[in-house]
Amino acid sequence: MSSSSGHAPIVSVGTYVMVFVALLIGTGLTVFAASRDFGALNTPIALGIAVTKASLVCLIFMGVRYNTPLTKVVVVSGLLWLLILFGLGMNDYLTRTWMGVPGR
Amino acid sequence: MADVRQTSLGAGAPAGHAAAHAEHAHHPKQQHHFYSMEQQLEASILGMWIFLVTEIMFFGGLFMAYLVYRHMYPLAWTESSHELNVILGGTNTAVLICSSLTMVLAVRSAQIGSRSGQIVNLILTILLGSTFLVIKFFEYKAKFEHGLVPGPHFDPHELTASGALVPLSLPQGSQIFFSLYFIMTGIHALHMVVGIGLMLVMLVMAWQGRFTPDYYNPIEVSGLYWHFVDIVWIFLFPLLYLLGYHFGV
Amino acid sequence: MTAATTQERHSYLDAPYGLKAWLLTRDHKRIAMLYLISITFFFMMGGLFAAGIRLELLTPKGDIWSADMYNKLFSMHGVIMVFFFLVPSIPATLGNFLMPIMCGAKDLAFPRINLLSWYLYVAGGIIALVVLAMGGIDTGWTFYTPYSSLSSNTNVTLAIVGVFVAGFSSILTGFNFIVTVHRMRAPGLTWFRLPLFVWAHYATSLVMILGTPVVAITLTLVALERSLHLGIFDPKIGGDPVLFQHLFWFYSHPAVYIMILPGMGVVSELVAAMARKSIFGYGFVAASSLAIAILGFLVWGHHLFVSSQSVYAGMVFSIITMLVAVPSAVKTFNWAATMYKGSISWESPTFYIVGFMGLFLIGGLTGLFLATMGLDIALHDTYFVVAHFHYIMVGGAIMAFLGGLHFWWPKMTGRMYSEALAKTSAILVFVGFNFTFFPQFILGYLGMPRRYYAYPDELQVWNVLSSAGATVLGLGYTLTFCYLVYSLFKGELAPANPWGAKGLEWTTSSPPPTFNFDEDPIVTEPAYDYKPHGTEVTVG
Repeated sequence: MSSSSGHAPIVSVGTYVMVFVALLIGTGLTVFAASRDFGALNTPIALGIAVTKASLVCLIFMGVRYNTPLTKVVVVSGLLWLLILFGLGMNDYLTRTWMGVPGR
Repeated sequence: MADVRQTSLGAGAPAGHAAAHAEHAHHPKQQHHFYSMEQQLEASILGMWIFLVTEIMFFGGLFMAYLVYRHMYPLAWTESSHELNVILGGTNTAVLICSSLTMVLAVRSAQIGSRSGQIVNLILTILLGSTFLVIKFFEYKAKFEHGLVPGPHFDPHELTASGALVPLSLPQGSQIFFSLYFIMTGIHALHMVVGIGLMLVMLVMAWQGRFTPDYYNPIEVSGLYWHFVDIVWIFLFPLLYLLGYHFGV
Repeated sequence: MTAATTQERHSYLDAPYGLKAWLLTRDHKRIAMLYLISITFFFMMGGLFAAGIRLELLTPKGDIWSADMYNKLFSMHGVIMVFFFLVPSIPATLGNFLMPIMCGAKDLAFPRINLLSWYLYVAGGIIALVVLAMGGIDTGWTFYTPYSSLSSNTNVTLAIVGVFVAGFSSILTGFNFIVTVHRMRAPGLTWFRLPLFVWAHYATSLVMILGTPVVAITLTLVALERSLHLGIFDPKIGGDPVLFQHLFWFYSHPAVYIMILPGMGVVSELVAAMARKSIFGYGFVAASSLAIAILGFLVWGHHLFVSSQSVYAGMVFSIITMLVAVPSAVKTFNWAATMYKGSISWESPTFYIVGFMGLFLIGGLTGLFLATMGLDIALHDTYFVVAHFHYIMVGGAIMAFLGGLHFWWPKMTGRMYSEALAKTSAILVFVGFNFTFFPQFILGYLGMPRRYYAYPDELQVWNVLSSAGATVLGLGYTLTFCYLVYSLFKGELAPANPWGAKGLEWTTSSPPPTFNFDEDPIVTEPAYDYKPHGTEVTVG
């Protein structure tokens, strides 16, 4: 339940500390995982841990879980646009030899 | 009604404010073009998130460059990354995570009306942020000494076990890696400096007791900025520091 | 006619009085006026450079300017016109003025940030003027690397700072608009009762927010490479100049939609008012603004067809580019359908929008020629491209801007301008424009490259036509400036609703009071609620 001024509910210190500990564990995990070679899985593992940590900060520390649907759409759009940049951009670099045109 | 509005817009004098508002009392912190505190808060949070989206796209351009060049020079990426100091980078990550905790506790203190909580946590946040920058400074200094700064003086060296600096041969593309390293962490550090400045302003406002449980928009919105800068680092750390980590730690 | 009473009311122009009150204002209407003055100045500067270009191109040889000087002329023309005129033009002037009023609000969501955006724009502009005084830049407005990052001897870094600051100004405008539309609409004003001007500016703001930061960081990288030698695009150390192009055009293509969408919003408003008819297919026109904004982000690679971009990626970009023409076509058809069997009143705004529709059509269709990869190989970097984008940006965006300026001039200034002079100007602009730019399609087809100051003798006739047209165009703009400024002092006082148009802005006085409405509006009617021909609406 939010107050009359529209603020989010008060979250307990305990929850915040748990997230904090999770973030530290995640950091340790990513350093440990990097010391081993998982081949093609190296990057997905590192990014997966980073995304999980970022999500915790975003949803709980930043309080997005309590925000309006509009705010959530804004957050997701930002990430989506990043993916458009990466996706369509890498679409060039990864397909340079596909059409068999000499020199391209 | 028109006269009342003219007075409060033009002069902005607080003294006449209460009298001018005899007709429609509202929270003293509510700005005149909003009809409720709730609308004002929603506008502020939405506004800050839209700004953070612009920051996502700003850093996004750098991550795109990283992605393209990593694809082009995978060996340069791992070997150059090996030259970065994982201990310092990891410590900085932990420092920022701690600062995120103190930040959110500062906002929570405002939420429950604890002035001392706000002040202590804001001070801690500022100290932790500053620690990050100090560690960064030492990192950069080491890069400088090892000749890893791109440009005409790029002359990679590394420290051997005996403490001597020996020349290091890095593959084509390494200079770009280090450019991206300095630019990405540098721009991130700049954002940290702005964040610390913001927190100092929040500290002054908290000290003056300006935040109450039903109005703490500035500190909430500043907190969002601080957490965002932390999230950027959460991605920078593995992408820059950890690629070469399994090459002989 | 209640002209006399408008003077008795408190207009935003009169109170509070004084320079300080204007420079520290939070009133979106005053900020709009401040922007209008600044962008007019930069339009003139950009026009001067265009004059320099067209003067040189009268003769086949490069005889007036040196090659270096010519490079600087077209570069400064581009930088100033794109970043300091077109991007802010409609949003920062008409948008700032009208968005809160059309939403039934007292101001934008963040009035102080609005003022900050103007100051940032001015700061960026001053930096651009300093760059100019120090000799300008010669990289083209596109700043391609490695020339811009390694070789150019001009003040690229400072120019980048100026563009960066101006870009930040546009981000703040966009962000203000988005929050205002979402959170500040009057009671009863649902999304589908909003004027299409608001939809267009909302879509524009999305593009500003999502695209501008990318060009900001890209140009920053160029500046860092130049000043600190942090190589990113230098081929000698493995850098890829095509990466610059990807990053640059990721913003700069959507930027052209920043430049045209607001104009389309203006056209929607003017078509409905001048034809006294509700816009045909309101929902489709609204949706098409969003479609253009979103699809516009997926097509940037069509600027890279002749770079080393993969042919496969080129195909993808080509197809999506064809797709993005569809929503624009939807709008054009719907405007035409609105005018069909409408009660059209042929006043100066009507001249501008009819001009817009024809010229935008040509500009848009020629875009399809360029979207076709095979054709683009021949047409890339020729005058065909120059003609294409000027048809859209000058024939489209600037005509829409002028149309809107005329339409809302009585509202913003409380004065009427000379209708006869306005019609004359509109015709001069239209004729001058076509003589300037249509020959350029032919020149491009015949192979004349862009950014060249010399050309084969046989192309001279088209170039002379183009320069002659440019003179007429310049005359048209000058005349417009003159009678509009004159009207500020001697124009007839305007009534609240001189055109008999529908819309919240016409329910308040001309000019409006500081807080826009005497009573907070409650909206119950759809947009463009014109009654059938032959009934109602009183003018005034």
